[in-house]
Amino acid sequence: MDISVFGSRKLWVAGLALLILVALATLPFYGSLYMTILMTAILMYIIITVSWVIFSGPSGYLSLASAAFFGIGIYASAILLPTTGAVLPVLVVVLIAGALSFVVAVLVGFLTLRLRGIYFAIFTFGLVELIKQFLLFWEFEVTHTRGRYVLLVDSRTIFYIMLGIFVALILTAYFIRNSKFGLALRSIGENEEAAAHSGVNVTMVKVITFGISAVFMGAAGATIAMRWTYIDPYIAFNSLFSFLPVLMAIFGGLGQFYGPVIGAAIFAYLEETLLTKFPYYYMLIFGCVLVGTMLFMPFGFTGLIQKGWRRLIGGQHADA
Amino acid sequence: MRMLEGEKVTKYFGGLAAVSEVDFYVEKGEIFGLIGPNGAGKTTLFNLISGAFTPKSGVIKFKDKKISGLKPYKICRMGMARTFQEVKIFTNMPAIQNVALGALFGTPKSLSPAKATKEAGELLDFVGFSVPQDVPAGGLTLVNQKRVEVARALATKADMVLLDELMAGLTPTETAEAMELVTRIRDRGVTVFMIEHVMKAIMGVCDRIMVLHHGEKIADGTPQEIAASKKVIEVYLGE
Repeated sequence: MDISVFGSRKLWVAGLALLILVALATLPFYGSLYMTILMTAILMYIIITVSWVIFSGPSGYLSLASAAFFGIGIYASAILLPTTGAVLPVLVVVLIAGALSFVVAVLVGFLTLRLRGIYFAIFTFGLVELIKQFLLFWEFEVTHTRGRYVLLVDSRTIFYIMLGIFVALILTAYFIRNSKFGLALRSIGENEEAAAHSGVNVTMVKVITFGISAVFMGAAGATIAMRWTYIDPYIAFNSLFSFLPVLMAIFGGLGQFYGPVIGAAIFAYLEETLLTKFPYYYMLIFGCVLVGTMLFMPFGFTGLIQKGWRRLIGGQHADA
Repeated sequence: MRMLEGEKVTKYFGGLAAVSEVDFYVEKGEIFGLIGPNGAGKTTLFNLISGAFTPKSGVIKFKDKKISGLKPYKICRMGMARTFQEVKIFTNMPAIQNVALGALFGTPKSLSPAKATKEAGELLDFVGFSVPQDVPAGGLTLVNQKRVEVARALATKADMVLLDELMAGLTPTETAEAMELVTRIRDRGVTVFMIEHVMKAIMGVCDRIMVLHHGEKIADGTPQEIAASKKVIEVYLGE
């Protein structure tokens, strides 16, 4: 490929990203309140998906702990932002939630990242259930309450916090992908033993990345809790949030940086509209879309776009 | 000077002693061979030295420092690299990136990516890698994959390399090239410790040889001594 073409392409991508960012940042000024709220939900799904991809994409470790870190954020928000008034500024609460998720992820990571394949997946899923059951026990036996109310925060504020988390996440993901650290992570996914014997501190790289991915999930959970206003262990630690990021990432395509972003955006939009239009059938339609994706678009949505693009610009490279 | 030294190194798998009280040493600058029938514990010994396993008892010293119990990446950064019996490469990465990875992570002092890539290219030339360096390593022939592995080990600036059956599965011509490569590695100042089944190869290039059988050392010495050893002949040919 011609270098100058490559350079200009990079510039195009950067320009496009900036344009999208400006459009998003000014959304509350030209869009309806509904659009702002919808966009908040979409951003939330993108955040969970991309942070899942940061770790599980390159390392090949299938984590189903997303709901646990998301839920920790939600509960952090509920405890620090009761309806009686905020204990701390909203932004600080979001940061604390992220930090808390990080700590839990690092601890869990040290214990479990020696497990491989299906064992790791099952354990991480068990973590979600463990925290959920523990909280249910705690609320039932100790505090004698059921769930918590969270201070309602202005929709615009929530949107901007979510947007901030999204931008920080994209920058982090981009940096990891293009750094030496990201190369180490990919080498672990390709052949962990060879990586370890080539000087990669595999445990450290895995645990730190697992922790980083949890930060954003926790922060997103803390933020969305301010909109949900009532939460309980079933809502906060809903196992759907462990599976959705996996599905969204596969739907979007893991081969490209923007794949999971696009996948999550379309998926989230589909979910929101299907949920309102077909409340009983939306899971069924969802399932069909997923099966279709697996069968006909093995490289996801972005894989399909790339294939089409190559056909368009030059037939001879169609299968390159 | 002794580069590597093992004292009563022992490892059990369940009740079975895979490696049992093995004493050995490798001198700086020599090519040391390890032979023995299948299941003798050769690869287990390599795994113990490189840190994949921790010995149940016994001590392994590298450059006079105890390394048994250290993590593989630490041992690698101390200057000991290895290859694997079943080639372990990063199949979706270009060959050159496989090697550059060793230069980026395996050295005590971190290199810049540009410098690591440059060194990787030179090392691929050194090991006789014969195809474009930017093709994904998974699509390479066995001999080139093995060359990538050796280059990656050398990229860590190793003072000693453990080569686990470098010549297994190679054609006679490739085996001859590999033998020549082993001596060139030694001439770079890198001590070589190799497991090999190809007798002609190991007898031809090694300065000293150790023989393992059922996890125990049954002989060590020069190739001539080993070839003349009654015990070794019994193990290989039966009584």
